[in-house]
Amino acid sequence: MSTLEHKLTKTSETVFTAEFHTLDGNGLEKAKKYADRFRGWFDGVNATDNTAAHAHVSNVASAIAMKQLGLEPILQVVCRDKNRLAQQADIMGASMFGVENFLALTGDDVTAGDETEARRVFDLDGPQLVRLMSTIKRGEYMSGRKIDPAPHMFIGAVENPGAPPFEYRVQRVAKKYASGAKFLQLQICYHQDRLEKFCAGVRDAGLAGKIAIIPTIILVKGASALNFMHNSVPGIDVPADQIARVEKAADPCEEAYLQTLEFAQHALAQPSVRGLHITDFRNDETLERLMTDLGRVRQSITSEVKENHAYSA
Amino acid sequence: MTTFIATIEHVIKGPVWGCQDCGQCVLHSTGMTCPMNCPKTLRNGPCGGVREDGHCEVKPEMKCVWLKAYDRTESWPLPSSWKEEYNHLRPPVDNRLKGTSSWKNFFTKRDRWTPTGWKNTTDESIEVGQH
Repeated sequence: MSTLEHKLTKTSETVFTAEFHTLDGNGLEKAKKYADRFRGWFDGVNATDNTAAHAHVSNVASAIAMKQLGLEPILQVVCRDKNRLAQQADIMGASMFGVENFLALTGDDVTAGDETEARRVFDLDGPQLVRLMSTIKRGEYMSGRKIDPAPHMFIGAVENPGAPPFEYRVQRVAKKYASGAKFLQLQICYHQDRLEKFCAGVRDAGLAGKIAIIPTIILVKGASALNFMHNSVPGIDVPADQIARVEKAADPCEEAYLQTLEFAQHALAQPSVRGLHITDFRNDETLERLMTDLGRVRQSITSEVKENHAYSA
Repeated sequence: MTTFIATIEHVIKGPVWGCQDCGQCVLHSTGMTCPMNCPKTLRNGPCGGVREDGHCEVKPEMKCVWLKAYDRTESWPLPSSWKEEYNHLRPPVDNRLKGTSSWKNFFTKRDRWTPTGWKNTTDESIEVGQH
């Protein structure tokens, strides 16, 4: 059982997950550098799958590297680039290397990326992919062909509490839970009222304690990143007063940090919330500062644990 | 005959519903809104990229297909059994049915075929796995 699954299903501890950096040239060296920053802070780290429709080192290769480097990977699988056959192959391939956490996403469209001429696949959609993961977990491929032994899987999904239709988003959570999702990472939401309603809705739907809600917060250096998200990332709306707050501050960098901390504390106080997912766009010492301010103590990795994690390093 | 039925269906459903001839029609369960007009061809609700004005991530000039489906399911006088189906998990598209008549596939029950693994993964089997 993965640490993430153990904490979410057997304890009431708050969990922290993070987005791993994308890898390109000299990927393994960079992965080592990033792993040194992340190790000991997080219960799971997302091995991303061509984020924002840009090609990078694959999700499966990143997840294996993370295992070797002492991080616990969460394998993201998106529906944009691969059909159901390839998705099953990726899940089984990662599982062969000991990956146990899986995250099903619909995925950004190819138009969000830098190769907009590419064919979009979307053979399955997000909820169907969750169900497919449950099928593999049960010991069968989609076709019904047996997998013996069945891989150990802890399945999660994603939802956006900040995009319309707001009142329908909770029903999608119920659908994903019914399909087998046990945790749900949320997309960043800069409208606190929307997050509050969403989390209360999950509770009112009787899903609290059944599916762990993990809102995202993002560490940014200033207003330009907020403006970028507001203007260029569909599904993310940053209220003008939040942007102005950072823009007009005497020290925008510090204000951006304080804003992130406030959002983190607010998110953790919501019903059904079991932890936070952190995306670090700052790449500086504030990651450590944030974790400390949130009361997290960095776990030391013993040599024994390192050995267990090191597949072949 | 089969092609003839498919043609008739296409002529009627194309202009009215923007039918994409998937051959496994779910219009009744999606507020009479064809999900195959979603650029991502999502069958189970909107993605996370819906814009603040309710428009599509991929085609900003178009209202999100699933917002339309949701609004119509809520406000149109459709049979309650159809409305209930809105939240059902629709199975993956059977790509072999593309271009065939969904009317024929409905009456022959061909449109209800799902792969064995999918079929075996019942709500109950998931529920058991979650405890």
